[in-house]
Amino acid sequence: MAHVTLPRIGTAEAWREAARGFLTAGTPPDQITWGDNTAPAGLFDAPCPAPPAGAVTVPRSFVQMANTVVWHNDPERFARLYTFLWRLRDAPQLMSDRGDTDLAHLRRMEKNVRRCQHKMKAFVRFREIGGPEDTRRSFAAWFEPTHHTIEPTAQFFARRFTDMDWRILTPDISVFFENGHLRFEEDHPRPELPADASEALWVTYFRNIFNPARLKVRAMQSEMPKKYWKNMPEAAAIPDLIASAPARAREMALAAPTLPPLRTAAVQAQQAALQSVWEGPAEALPRAIHACTRCPLHRTATQAVPGEGPMDADLMIVGEQPGDQEDLQGRPFVGPAGQLFDKVAAMAGLDRQAAFVTNAVKHFKFQPRGRKRLHQRPDKSEIQHCRWWLQAEVAQVRPALIVAMGATAAEALTGSGKDLMRRRGQLEQGPEGIPVLITLHPAYLLRMPDAQKRADAMSVFEADLKLAAQITQSAG
Amino acid sequence: MQPRFKGKPRCGRMYIARRAMRTYTEHMAGYTLEEKLAILSDAAKYDASCASSGSTKRDSRGGKSLGSNEGSGICHAYAPDGRCISLLKILMTNFCIYDCSYCINRVSSNVKRARFSVEEVVKLTIEFYRRNYIEGLFLSSGIIRSPDDTMLDMVRIARKLRHEENFRGYIHLKTIPDASPELIEEAGLLADRLSINVELPTDASVKQHAPEKSPEQIRRAMADVRLRKEVARDRSHTGKRPARFAPAGQSTQMIIGADQATDSTVLGQSTRLYSSYKLKRVYYSAFSPIPDASAKLPLISPPLQREHRLYQADWLLRFYGFDLEEITGHRENGNLDLEIDPKLSWALAHRGLFPMDVNSAPREMLLRIPGFGTKTVGRILSTRRHRRLRYEDLARMGALMKKARPFITAEGWTPRALTDSADLRARFAPPPEQLSLF
Repeated sequence: MAHVTLPRIGTAEAWREAARGFLTAGTPPDQITWGDNTAPAGLFDAPCPAPPAGAVTVPRSFVQMANTVVWHNDPERFARLYTFLWRLRDAPQLMSDRGDTDLAHLRRMEKNVRRCQHKMKAFVRFREIGGPEDTRRSFAAWFEPTHHTIEPTAQFFARRFTDMDWRILTPDISVFFENGHLRFEEDHPRPELPADASEALWVTYFRNIFNPARLKVRAMQSEMPKKYWKNMPEAAAIPDLIASAPARAREMALAAPTLPPLRTAAVQAQQAALQSVWEGPAEALPRAIHACTRCPLHRTATQAVPGEGPMDADLMIVGEQPGDQEDLQGRPFVGPAGQLFDKVAAMAGLDRQAAFVTNAVKHFKFQPRGRKRLHQRPDKSEIQHCRWWLQAEVAQVRPALIVAMGATAAEALTGSGKDLMRRRGQLEQGPEGIPVLITLHPAYLLRMPDAQKRADAMSVFEADLKLAAQITQSAG
Repeated sequence: MQPRFKGKPRCGRMYIARRAMRTYTEHMAGYTLEEKLAILSDAAKYDASCASSGSTKRDSRGGKSLGSNEGSGICHAYAPDGRCISLLKILMTNFCIYDCSYCINRVSSNVKRARFSVEEVVKLTIEFYRRNYIEGLFLSSGIIRSPDDTMLDMVRIARKLRHEENFRGYIHLKTIPDASPELIEEAGLLADRLSINVELPTDASVKQHAPEKSPEQIRRAMADVRLRKEVARDRSHTGKRPARFAPAGQSTQMIIGADQATDSTVLGQSTRLYSSYKLKRVYYSAFSPIPDASAKLPLISPPLQREHRLYQADWLLRFYGFDLEEITGHRENGNLDLEIDPKLSWALAHRGLFPMDVNSAPREMLLRIPGFGTKTVGRILSTRRHRRLRYEDLARMGALMKKARPFITAEGWTPRALTDSADLRARFAPPPEQLSLF
């Protein structure tokens, strides 16, 4: 009877070497007893001399399996492997016979070890042990694996946590990774690890990612068996989570629907403004504008006034909103301000018929005063609601230049209607990257009482339109 | 004349939105990191996906970086809901301007709102990773301000993790359908997986329950990710391989049980998604009660069994050679049998094909035997080359013999009249149960 004692560190190579020796020498399995250095040798066991070196051919798939099975905690593992190896000498095809009892048993052991390795990769929990002034951070974990999985799994941690020092201590073999080097030690006592602040955060996360409405305790335990719980900080929260889950689920079901918070309306209005793409067919856009009820203006105005002009225009003119006349006729730029614009445009050499004209706001906002309707500036929310239509028109026409007349148009196109006099006559970035030329609104000129000032403003307006004509010509 | 631009170019709509946002954030009290984590992981739990598998293999050897990815995913913990916790799954913020009635974070809900800073997310990810709690980060977000702003913040987090922390673990980013192409491009180069949720099985129910979302837009976004992935696969003329785009692919999620769609509709949608956009996974998420639910969508107890059957059917479609028509065709109402699994249900409806001889049946037919998985079938085929199989062999190979028994013949086994017995279904279905009062 030969007795082989295999070391607890480096077991895989030691077993392979011994098995190779016995196989070369032709020693049958019943003549060998195997043990690691924890198991006492048998009464009739003779210590084994160093096995003779020799080369044997073994299927690669067996070597892979053996390299895993040697880490199983079954004391029979070495003998089982050798017995199967002995059978394999004459029948190498046995490796692919999954119905064979011996192989099925070894494969099951292999699966157990792999699962244990996998659970180790998953359930080791490090705590920080280093100080803030250390150059390399260091971490330690206490873990209790079912099989001897430390050695075959250490490389995984070495590949993953390279830029820090770490150690995984177990009742069996412990592994240390310091300055890039792996080292194994036997029988390390269980250390007291310092508290780690991140652990509380992790437990918070665990408690909150759990959905009490779908309690599946069995599914959890089959994947995370209780034997691992004592070394996992989050596991302490499990009993409470399970106990309170039915009540929490019932509470959710019974709770009466609440009123939406106050900000909801504001946020939804803002959101409406963010949408800007008209997805319907181009010819349906004017009709959709006519049917608009996005803001309260549609209740008082006669009709919405969509833009007008060639769909391939290089120039787009944007005014503020329809006036009294426009509201009645349903066409843009037909009232007094529109007529003034036509006159100045003609002087500036700008071809009015070739431009697409529209307004920033499509409904007329006014204050009834006796028999008259007094124009009112649209407010921010109305501009925002209507910008959806304006952007749809811009996206359809895709002009080379947009002229924004007045503060409302400037706000709708660039986001700001402030400081108009300083910004006029210059180009800014508009929707879809199209340049916007900012200028005055003709209605502003009409309302100026001082004749001299009006003449000055008029020439400024004319100069801006001239610039627009030039840019459009060079673009067209 | 050259156009002159004044000041820095800015987009008007974003500008205004940001101003509105200022008053919006004032509601947010000064939460601690722990409080934020509680709020923003609670808000993230309705996303079913937690996969960390199937990306490029990489590690941190060399000592300059942190993390590895070895192909197979690792579940670092399981919550009592049976779900795997593989990634730090959080929302960047649960503020949202959308009003999707099934969602806990919809604008009209009264849940607590919070927002992480870029640094906070990075710190949590790295510190959790170093303690071996997680495989990486799954970052999603409510829509704040504009889609571009939201996406930009998510990309900044991924960029910081990859370039400043040298993080080589897994990153899954939920993309915002309307975000600009440049941001999606960068997100795909930084992350392992991108995903966009189709939310509900039909366009009509998306329009009904998620009025601000556009199913067309979501499909365009998925098509875009597929095309980018394909472009990134082509070598240039010098033979150089471009950086891989979302190497772990894209996935999506559908909520089950919030609308009237049948299983046949749900599976039809997923087969279209798999084929059109080459998705890695379609997740089915049983509609689950949420705190402060919307009056528009009454709560139900989550249809967990239905969710389970859908996953089984999904597997049959992808790995077992079944057609959609075969799985739901024999069911009158278009829904899967909740009591028995879809393969068994199919086999019971096609008993004429059984019993099948495991010693001669081809692979495609072995895969259709209830109780046989793809691994068992592989083992049968490799052993069959050497010898004939006996009944006991099959159990050792991992087959579930209780299920398979009536449908096979092997050496030493024939089911005789069992295959055609009238009570065969009753042998598998759970015993009738009194209805629960709750």
